[in-house]
Amino acid sequence: MSAPAPLARMVRSQARFELRLALRNGEQLLLMLVIPIGLLLLLSQVEVVDIGTTHRIDFVTPGVLSLAVLSTAFTSLAIATGFERRYGALKRLGATPLPRSGLLAGKALAVLTVEAAQFALIGGLAAALGWSPHGLWPAAVALAVLATIAFVSLGLLMAGTMRAEATLAGANLLFLVLLLSSGISFPLSRLPSGVEHAARLLPSTALTDGLRAVLQDGDAVPLRCWLVLVVWALAGVLAAARWFRWD
Amino acid sequence: MPATPAVEVLDLVKTYGAKRAVDGLSLTAPAGSVTAVLGPNGAGKTTTVEVCEGYRTGDSGTVRVLGLDPRRDRRALSSRVGVMLQAGGAYPAARADELLRHVASLYADPVRPDELLERLGLQAVASTAVRRLSGGQQQRLALAMAVVGRPELLFLDEPTAGLDPQARLATWELVQELRAQGVSIVLTTHAMDEAERLADHVVVVDRGQVVAAGSPTELTRNGSEGLIRFRAVPGLPVDDLARALTTQTTIEEVAPGTYLLHGQVDPQLLASVTSWCAGRGVLVEDLRVEQRSLEDVFLSLTGRELRT
Ligand SMILES: Nc1ncnc2c1ncn2[C@@H]1O[C@H](COP(=O)(O)OP(=O)(O)OP(=O)(O)O)[C@@H](O)[C@H]1O
Ligand SMILES: [Mg+2]
Repeated sequence: MSAPAPLARMVRSQARFELRLALRNGEQLLLMLVIPIGLLLLLSQVEVVDIGTTHRIDFVTPGVLSLAVLSTAFTSLAIATGFERRYGALKRLGATPLPRSGLLAGKALAVLTVEAAQFALIGGLAAALGWSPHGLWPAAVALAVLATIAFVSLGLLMAGTMRAEATLAGANLLFLVLLLSSGISFPLSRLPSGVEHAARLLPSTALTDGLRAVLQDGDAVPLRCWLVLVVWALAGVLAAARWFRWD
Repeated sequence: MPATPAVEVLDLVKTYGAKRAVDGLSLTAPAGSVTAVLGPNGAGKTTTVEVCEGYRTGDSGTVRVLGLDPRRDRRALSSRVGVMLQAGGAYPAARADELLRHVASLYADPVRPDELLERLGLQAVASTAVRRLSGGQQQRLALAMAVVGRPELLFLDEPTAGLDPQARLATWELVQELRAQGVSIVLTTHAMDEAERLADHVVVVDRGQVVAAGSPTELTRNGSEGLIRFRAVPGLPVDDLARALTTQTTIEEVAPGTYLLHGQVDPQLLASVTSWCAGRGVLVEDLRVEQRSLEDVFLSLTGRELRT
C-alpha cells in the first residue's frame, strides 16, 4: 500500500521547496545578496575604516564571503524556520514520511546551493574589481562547509527553542554583532585586546580568519580556526538535536 | 484473519498541570470505517487525536495505531497515516499547488495533485500563496495534503469547520469514497448532521472521558419509545404538562420554545398534548413525531452549559 518515497528524492524535493521559498522572500534575498554585495562594493571602493593594507579588495572579499555564509546559514535560516515552526508547518511535515534528518538535510542542501551561488557572484564581482585570490580553494570550501554546519545548527537551535518574533529579533541582532566583531569589515587587531581574544573564539571570526589566511595570504588554515569551527559545529549539532522543538 | 482495529485507545490519561485534558479515555476505531469523535469545546478530542498521531504522549494508558505504537513506530506509520490538523500546518509563503506537490513527492505512489485540487475546487487558487487563501480554502488544502499519500488511516480534526455547504459536501463525498476504498477514518466534529451522515461509529467525549459510543442509530434509538417534538411559546410549565398526561413521559424544553417529549407515542398522547396546550390558549406549531437526533443525545449527555 502506501510507502514513502526514497530518502534521496525526499531530501532533493525538500531542498528545492526551501530554495523556491527563499528566493521568493524579499528579506531573505536582501540578507543573502544585497547586503554582501553592497558591502563588497562599499568596503572595496571607499575608505570607510582603515584596514591597514593597500590591496583592499584582497582583504575585503574573504570577509564578505564569510558574511554571506553567516547571513544565509544562520540569520535567514533561523528566521524562516522560526516562522515555519510558528505556523505549524514543521509540525505538519513531521506527519509525512520525511524524517527529521531529511528535513535538516534538505535545509542544509538549500543553504549550500545558495552559498555556491553567492560565492560565484561575489567572487566574480570581486575578480572584476581586481581580486586575485591565492590557491587552496579546497581548504576554503571545507571551511565554509564546516562553518555552515555550525551556523545551521545554531540557527535551528534558536528557531526551535524561541518564539518566532524573538528569533527574528535575536538573529538580526546577532548578525549585526557578528558583522562587527568577526573581522569581516575591519581587522580585529583594531579592537581592545580583551575583546579581540574573545572575538577570536566566534565561529564567524574563525571562518573569516581562515578564509583570509588561505585566500589573501596563500597560507594554510590556522589550526585555531579549524578547532573553533569544529567545536561550534559539534556543540551546535548536539544542542539542536537535544532541544529543537518542532511545534 | 481478525482485522486489527485502525485505532485502539485504552485508558488514556493526559494532564496539563492540574487539568486532566484526557481522563481515562478508551475507544476503538474499527478498520475500514468512519469513526466520529464528538464532544464540546475542550473535551479532549484534539489531545486524543494528537496522541494517536504521535505528536503528544499520554501520561498513562495504551494507544495502538494500525497495531503499532504511534510514537515508537512513527517512521513506519508516517506513510500509512494521513493527518489533517485542526489549525495551521501550511507554509504561508508557498503556493497551494507547490505545497501539495511537495507533500506528494514524499510518497512513493501519491494521488495526482491536480486531481485533488480539482476535486476540492482549488484549481482556481492553485498558484495563490497559502496565506492569501480563505479559511475554507486553507482547510481544503489541508485535507488534500492529508489524503495525497494514499493513507490507510486518516485523522481529520474538524475537517469541515468553517466550510461552505458546497465544500462540506465535497469533503463528505471524498470521505465516503475513501471509506469505500477501505480507508479507515477518524474525524472529530461538532456537526451532528455530519456525524449522523458519515460515521459508522460515534464516540461522544466529554471532560476527557467517553460518555457514549455506538452507531448513530444505536445512539439515537431510545428503547421502543418515540419522541414528540413541537414548538410553542417559551417557558411552558412542562411539569404540569407531564402530570396532565396519562402515560409515563418526560418533557424537556431543549431550546427556548422547542419541546421534546419522550414516551409511548400513540394518538391519545398526541391529542392530550394539543388539548392541554389549547386549554391554555397556546398555539402548537411544527408538531412532529420523530427519532431523537444525535444533537438531542449529545445535549442530554453533555449538558447545556457552555464550556470554558
Ligand atoms: N498544550 C496544552 N497545554 C495546556 N492545556 C492544553 C493543551 N492542549 C490542550 N489543553 C487543554 O486540554 C483540554 C482539551 O483540549 P483539546 O484541544 O483536546 O479539546 P478539543 O476537544 O479538541 O476542543 P475543540 O472542540 O475546541 O477543538 C482543554 O481544556 C485545553 O485547554
Ligand atoms: Mg480540537
